[in-house]
Amino acid sequence: MSLLTKTMSLAAAAAMAVTLLGSASFAEDGTGQQLYPLFTYRTGPYAPSFIPFGAGNIDYLRYIDEVEGGVDGVKILVQECETAYTIERGIECYERYKNGYNGALTAAIYPHSSGLDVALTDKARIDKIPIVSPGGGQNIATDGRVFPYQYPLVFDYWSEAQIIVDYIAQQAGGYDKLKGLKIATLYHDSGYGRDTIEPLGILSKKYGFEDIQIPVPHPGEQQQTQWQQIRRANADWVFLRGWGVMTPVAIKTAARVGFPANRIIGDIWSGSEDDARPAGAAANGYLAVSVFPPGTNYGILKTLKADILDKGKSDLKDNSKFGTVYYNYGVIEAITFVEALRTGHKKFGNRPLTAAEGQWALENLDIDQKRIAELGAEGLISPLKTSIDNHKGETIAAKIIQWNGQSWDTRTDWIKADASLFADVIKAKAAAYAKEKGIEPRVATN
Amino acid sequence: MQESAPSKPLRRPALGVGTIAVVAGLVAAFAVPVLADDYWLSSIIIPTVIMGLAGIGLNLLMGYTGLVSIGSAAFMSIGAFSTYNLLLRAPFLPLPVVLILAGLIAAAAGVIFGLPSLRIKGFYLGASTLGAQFLFEWLFTNFSWFSNDSQSLTISAPRLQILDYDLQSATGRYYLVIATTVLLIALAFAIVKSRVGREWMAIRDMDVAASVIGIRVARRKLLSFGISSFFLGIAGALWAFGYLGTSDAHAFNLDKSFQILFIVIIGGVATIFGNFLGAAFIVLTPILLDRLSLIIDLSFLGDQGALANLQHIIFGTIIIVLLIKEPDGLSSLGRRGVEALRSRTRSSS
Repeated sequence: MSLLTKTMSLAAAAAMAVTLLGSASFAEDGTGQQLYPLFTYRTGPYAPSFIPFGAGNIDYLRYIDEVEGGVDGVKILVQECETAYTIERGIECYERYKNGYNGALTAAIYPHSSGLDVALTDKARIDKIPIVSPGGGQNIATDGRVFPYQYPLVFDYWSEAQIIVDYIAQQAGGYDKLKGLKIATLYHDSGYGRDTIEPLGILSKKYGFEDIQIPVPHPGEQQQTQWQQIRRANADWVFLRGWGVMTPVAIKTAARVGFPANRIIGDIWSGSEDDARPAGAAANGYLAVSVFPPGTNYGILKTLKADILDKGKSDLKDNSKFGTVYYNYGVIEAITFVEALRTGHKKFGNRPLTAAEGQWALENLDIDQKRIAELGAEGLISPLKTSIDNHKGETIAAKIIQWNGQSWDTRTDWIKADASLFADVIKAKAAAYAKEKGIEPRVATN
Repeated sequence: MQESAPSKPLRRPALGVGTIAVVAGLVAAFAVPVLADDYWLSSIIIPTVIMGLAGIGLNLLMGYTGLVSIGSAAFMSIGAFSTYNLLLRAPFLPLPVVLILAGLIAAAAGVIFGLPSLRIKGFYLGASTLGAQFLFEWLFTNFSWFSNDSQSLTISAPRLQILDYDLQSATGRYYLVIATTVLLIALAFAIVKSRVGREWMAIRDMDVAASVIGIRVARRKLLSFGISSFFLGIAGALWAFGYLGTSDAHAFNLDKSFQILFIVIIGGVATIFGNFLGAAFIVLTPILLDRLSLIIDLSFLGDQGALANLQHIIFGTIIIVLLIKEPDGLSSLGRRGVEALRSRTRSSS
């Protein structure tokens, strides 16, 4: 190939590339449909948790579309976009789908990454696109007056800290028995892991237990010294805030130093099957907080099994992942999306919602006990009610689950967090953020 | 050195072709936001330009001075965190001054981590710059002072503005990025064409000979580390605030250092504009492959995950083929293409 033809073909390839990047006219027409941009990480270090999580999402939306004929008759167009859990690729996906896709409208974007959620804060405010992160958003974004476009729905780590303390109090026989107890928090040394230091400090002052904080550097394959420290301190309970490989290593190391597994409570990202199983027998009796309770014995899971899984329409390649923590998390997330659309339809009519309408809907969500029963999700999700003042939802709750060597057993009913306990601190932080950024907080009118 | 096209003094018009090209390039660069929408600006053009700038930073060190560094991202993170802290703690400083100061802070760090280069070479030097990579990632994750005690250790851009002109929109961020980059390209050209640049190349080609002819090798090497880090530091600040909008130390991990290294290798060592070709390749190819999979039915692969992995394979293959076929990088391919076109038109006329 002569140099000239080489250059020409390079130029031709570049021209084709530019055309491809710029237009999307080749794909199907999405007019009249609601876009659900599904940010995936099927590659990269966290792919094992995404695969069942994404499947739960897709299966539920597929069920809504194919069995129920859409959300109030509006079909959902799922467009995958691979981020590999990197912020850069995530921003590209956000830019690609923020204004819809071939006529299908974007009502909200679920970034599926705490880091990306933070990175999109400014962009979403400028573009006016709601960013929804169930279980993983920014706690200060609970204050919707300062963060009109961020929705850290369902759960946050501060409430988690409080739920842990509540459970320990239950076990000890009352809050007054917490005095003198030693609760050690073993945390992944990252922004995520450090997030419970402050609330536990507040709680320990309130209840008089001793608060021990021990960091584990990423990724956490070495924890011998940390567990020796826990033994020496004679801790009564360990709150394990692990991530990835750190969790099974912690459980195994605990067994080696003789710390009982049934005195370790994992956080929501330390409470999946893949966290407990690799630790083998050491994990028997290990406890964890669960906002996404595992199991297949819920009405909606039975429906999905009959209509999607058994008909070969599931996104799962490995059906044994059905009903696992991450699969159910995906189903719960998809439910929040579909219920937000229904909320919007009641006000704006049964048609695809715009981002502005999606924002209104997310701010006025009300999934009450009755609606949960209709969805066949009793026990799977706890009531969720949002407002301008509270983008997280007013009744934060979680269950405690226990590993029996094969699967998780649910140990408690929903333990509710007292939202008022930290409300002032969060408001103050949001106000400081607003000041730093020059944002004028909205006045709640609804 | 390789940048200058063969000059033809006899037929040179009054206004240099180079000048016209530069002016046209500038006009085009500043007209881009008229033609490009947010998607193009935010997720294609801005990252390409910034990564190209980072490529220049490393190229000054690697291509022109012949020193190895695999800690480029560390110097970017210094620039990003310095910018953040300066904007936060010295709010009276205007943004351009802050960017320059941040670049200088990164340059100082670069000089310090360049010290081993006076004694060791090649891979061993690479290992010592790797030290910078790990040190700064550790520093910024373990001392929350650098992120203003933010819970998530992320830094987010305080108000980006120049003289009350708000730069938060995609267009505003583009202008910030492009203006900075244009100035730094000019600076890079000035440096490599100056005595300093020629001395760097002499050191690169044979440092013993360079010292024999009186070049102060140690000083020039350190200067190279400093200037390279200055460019990288500013690129890091732009990456954090002009592109991502927020960032933490992990945004500047070893992967990013390798990306910059690839940009230099793919774009071509010892070039300035080649870095932008390399950056375009690194930024665009994955997006392009992703887009391509939207129109070509690849469902026979069975799985979106398999598809994503296939893209990695294709990307890797392209890099390997490119390096075998075009070891001097894309810029050399482009340059020889232009020369071939020119000679063909000459012979046909």
